[in-house]
Amino acid sequence: MSRLLDLFSIVAIAAGAFFYLAGTVGLLRFPDAYSRLHALTKADNLGLVLVVIGLLPQVDGVLMALKLLLVWLLVMLSSAAVAQLIARSVRRKDTRP
Amino acid sequence: MRRRCRGSGSMADFLQSAAAFIVLMVALGLVRVARGPGRADRMMAAQLLGSGAVGALLLFGAASGDSAVFDVALTLALLSAFASIAFVKFAMRQDQPDDDEEHAG
Repeated sequence: MSRLLDLFSIVAIAAGAFFYLAGTVGLLRFPDAYSRLHALTKADNLGLVLVVIGLLPQVDGVLMALKLLLVWLLVMLSSAAVAQLIARSVRRKDTRP
Repeated sequence: MRRRCRGSGSMADFLQSAAAFIVLMVALGLVRVARGPGRADRMMAAQLLGSGAVGALLLFGAASGDSAVFDVALTLALLSAFASIAFVKFAMRQDQPDDDEEHAG
């Protein structure tokens, strides 16, 4: 059972690291600001969520697991809000007369 | 002394190398700060730095079994959100100084 949980953690964390890689490559290679923002939010949400899910079986006790979930919730909320705000600022700058 | 994480030593090694990989990726993403044409692109790289650092800190905290690192990650998440929101307020005020219906209240 512990082996199975370790395997689950390794798969989820590797997938999360892959999404960080994809976010970096997209941020460097995509042509305009909106597509770069798209790549960035994938790294923010999916990468961190997969890392947190993979870490949940590895921590000691319920309190640390709850703290992990709290970090995840905070990053989800803030990255969603910040993505909207950055997109709005880019759009206002583009449509400026 | 705190107990190590439940996984064996090789599991802690894997967690630390995953953290190092994420830090490397975020450092590569900082090239966008130097190259980016607009301020928003630079701020996106900073946002990626924030979330990548949170992920790396969580991995490192689970590898070392130290719960204080999780508090550092929580604080960093809060600070990076504040940084991005402050940037957006500043950029909008500077781009359109006459159209500020949001600052009316």
